[in-house]
Amino acid sequence: MSGYQTGVLVFLAFNVIAAYSVYLPMAAGQLNLGIAGFMAIGAYTSAYLSNELGWSMLASVPAGALASCLLATVVAVPVLRTHGIYLALATFALGQIIAAVFLNLEVVGAAAGYPVSEYVSPMVVVACAAGVVLLMVFLSRTRYGLYLTAIKNDATVTDLMGVNVRGMQISAFAIGAMVAGFGGALYGHHYSFIEAQHFNVLLSVFTVLYVLLGGTQTVLGPLVGAVFFTLLPEALRASDQWRYVIFAALIILMMLLRPQGLLTASLLRSLGGRKQGVQQ
Amino acid sequence: MSATATLGNAGAMAGSAAGDYALEVRGLSKSFGGLEVIGDLSFAAPRGKATALIGPNGAGKTTVFNLVSGVYTPTAGTVLVNGRDITGVPSRRRIHAGVARSFQNIRLMQHLTVIENLLIGQHVRAQGLGALFSPFRLMPKHRWWKEAQQALDECGLGAYAQQTVGALAYGIRKRIDLVRATLASPSLLLLDEPAAGLNPTETQDLLAHLRLLASRGTSLLVVEHDMPFVGEICEHVVVLNFGRKIAEGTLDEVRQVPQVREAYLGSEEE
Repeated sequence: MSGYQTGVLVFLAFNVIAAYSVYLPMAAGQLNLGIAGFMAIGAYTSAYLSNELGWSMLASVPAGALASCLLATVVAVPVLRTHGIYLALATFALGQIIAAVFLNLEVVGAAAGYPVSEYVSPMVVVACAAGVVLLMVFLSRTRYGLYLTAIKNDATVTDLMGVNVRGMQISAFAIGAMVAGFGGALYGHHYSFIEAQHFNVLLSVFTVLYVLLGGTQTVLGPLVGAVFFTLLPEALRASDQWRYVIFAALIILMMLLRPQGLLTASLLRSLGGRKQGVQQ
Repeated sequence: MSATATLGNAGAMAGSAAGDYALEVRGLSKSFGGLEVIGDLSFAAPRGKATALIGPNGAGKTTVFNLVSGVYTPTAGTVLVNGRDITGVPSRRRIHAGVARSFQNIRLMQHLTVIENLLIGQHVRAQGLGALFSPFRLMPKHRWWKEAQQALDECGLGAYAQQTVGALAYGIRKRIDLVRATLASPSLLLLDEPAAGLNPTETQDLLAHLRLLASRGTSLLVVEHDMPFVGEICEHVVVLNFGRKIAEGTLDEVRQVPQVREAYLGSEEE
């Protein structure tokens, strides 16, 4: 595999991890526009632990994910009292605040960025992304996944069925942030350098785009979305600056023709994807 | 006769032993801002029987359902289920107290299959983290699938198990909504206009289904405009108008109350 192909594959792996960090809360009807902030938490925490405290990557990367999860749990309690556009704005603001804090935090290099001493190989990154996909597929086959779908469809009815809707929403938000933190930690250790400017709002928006255009009805939607929107710009590279125009036009077309996303539950069923139960 | 004339078992609940009734509502009120939609409402639904809650549109019937199921918090009054005061119990805990409900406008999960909707209804019997994170959907022979399928088969709906809810006919969805509500084995089932929009055959199927539930000891509180349907299944009737009870008794008894005829049922000649 050429260096370019490896580079694209690793980029795809990071996008897949990011897409699933957005997908989980979105499966419960929550739009998290601050996912880049949670990636930053994971990246900086794990990098600090590796650099300054000499932790092994095997400990520092999970610790980065855990730090994101803990912050998300604390933040989710007040933030998830909001819904719809207010939740989107609250998470957007949270992501901006986190990025601003790291941008000014001297202990991790502030605006100059922060080199990371340890290195994660491309194959480990790809294997971790595959692990995240498998985890999400596993969750989708449990009552947990089913209840998230139910909450998104009708939170009142799900509540009356006895499901702890708020607890489920907080956990989805926190697990999503944990996955984002995991991705951020891997990112820092793979590229050996992190800077706060990378974890900006565009990263969050693009990640949400992967999920929405891939489709939220099925657990494989974010994977399809991330693959499509990672490889498409690469395929359009030959068209030079026109690729931005073509890319934007394709997004608009997809929103018009497939507002429910590329992959839907009914499409999977028609493809004969399952015998029992639906991919939700 | 007074404006709040009651017949039948009027006042019985005052002297009853706790738990004689599946549902007791005492002095229930609900206001939205300055608008009182339920005012000082008291009635009781006998255990193991079907009680109808009837009245004109806007009388507050669905609001009563929302108060009993915990969707709304009452402004005043108490709600007792099987003698237990559940007024302060959160809505999601009420199913543990034996209260389940269906909705006037069917609220099934449209893009899920029928059996997946039923799996959600099983939640109260699948508690704990082990149940929450068991990948049972990879196991076609898991007991949860079998139980859900069995519940459908009992009602003659087994053939629809793997179909997407959104693609089914209205009458079938109504029945599935009912099956889902019964999966928690509730002692009190609230049914909001279960016969609305059904054809005569579907109505007969529904009646048979409700009789089966009643024979198993489930108490029913039914909001319904179809009086022949009410007459078939409900032994006790409570009539509301403008959020207040105007009559209570058997259907024949409440039909004789002038306020009921004036506000809702009309006279024979009409």
